[in-house]
Amino acid sequence: MKKTRIIVAKPGLDGHDRGAKIVAMALRDAGMEVIYTGLRQSPSDIVNTALQEDADVIGLSILSGAHMRICDRLLELMNEKGIADKPVVVGGIIPHDDVEILKKKGIAEVFGPGTSLKQLEQRIKELAEKK
Amino acid sequence: MNRNDLLSGDELSVSKALTVVESDRVAARSLIGSLPEREYYVIGITGSSGAGKSTLVNWLSVSFSDASRTAVLAIDPSSPFKGGAFLGDRIRMNRASRSGKILIRSMASRGMVGGLSPSVFDAVELLGRCGYHYIIVETVGVGQAETDIVNLSDVVVLVLAPGIGDEIQMMKAGIMEIGDIYTVNKMDIHGADQLANRIRSVLDLADVKREIVKTNSLTGTNVDRLYQLLIGELNRREKSGKIEESRQRRREIAELNTAFSALKEAHSRGVKLEAIMECINRLREDG
Repeated sequence: MKKTRIIVAKPGLDGHDRGAKIVAMALRDAGMEVIYTGLRQSPSDIVNTALQEDADVIGLSILSGAHMRICDRLLELMNEKGIADKPVVVGGIIPHDDVEILKKKGIAEVFGPGTSLKQLEQRIKELAEKK
Repeated sequence: MNRNDLLSGDELSVSKALTVVESDRVAARSLIGSLPEREYYVIGITGSSGAGKSTLVNWLSVSFSDASRTAVLAIDPSSPFKGGAFLGDRIRMNRASRSGKILIRSMASRGMVGGLSPSVFDAVELLGRCGYHYIIVETVGVGQAETDIVNLSDVVVLVLAPGIGDEIQMMKAGIMEIGDIYTVNKMDIHGADQLANRIRSVLDLADVKREIVKTNSLTGTNVDRLYQLLIGELNRREKSGKIEESRQRRREIAELNTAFSALKEAHSRGVKLEAIMECINRLREDG
């Protein structure tokens, strides 16, 4: 049986990992296999991890404000490595106006503050199955 | 996934093949069968949770990768209740990961209780056939009796850290018997020397000769010594025919594993135990 595998990553200089840990535990309890990368991962680290782990979904937790640069570089590297088919979701503090821009660039979903863990699980399951 | 890509060890193809191995046993067997056999070595790393196995593998895998192609399979437990897993071994392996030379794959134990994962035997065989020469397998954090790693590996490192108890703990059967090399990690912490001495005295009581290395997996101190010991041990075993024995055992257990999961699947689909037994009896009579 195929299990859903998801990367939960903290890119860049951002030490606030409580949210990422809560999400990782919730997805674990939803029956998924969560590969937690820990702090200060570069986009290249994350793409390498997603490739080696053959993750179904890549989750980024970003509260630093650097989401545009990080996502641009990540998507670019995913293209280079041939894993552009994997959906990327972003959670954290993303200004309202940036959400649409990120989605246009190819980010599958942005989870802002107030998203319930149920909604999050649901959407990730959908994305993993669609892939 | 293209056969040539697998044979040349293309990472993306190998990674996708590992997913097949983990999710579909029948497809896994035909995939593995389509690739030619190659020689490879399995180095098992086991020990209690928090002893420093992953951090040690972070250094050790780099040493192996300087010699030949190396992969790491890192196993963490699945939840017995929800089936999910939090795979956190990789977090300790940034050095290995950033070297760009080592394939690291996290695996969940998926209901297996012996310290491994149900598909790890197929996974090492696949990696071996894809040209990985050294395959380091890190077990889940083990207690006293999770000793399946012995059946998988050509050589086993038991990683211990100060604070695990007195020599009575070390005289018990099970985990303390399975190390081919003992590592006392966290050598900078008080009690490391005492632990090494206790292991030595218990091994002496049993008249067993084993190397004991003290390491610090944060700084990498003495990891090279451990690597040299492992290479020496593998060479010795190759010459004495022990490696061939472990290959044989690995093949047998892999077959048993596949048989067991086929039975389990049939059972879960409602095939009655009596019918399974009858079928086995008939096969036996037919020779």
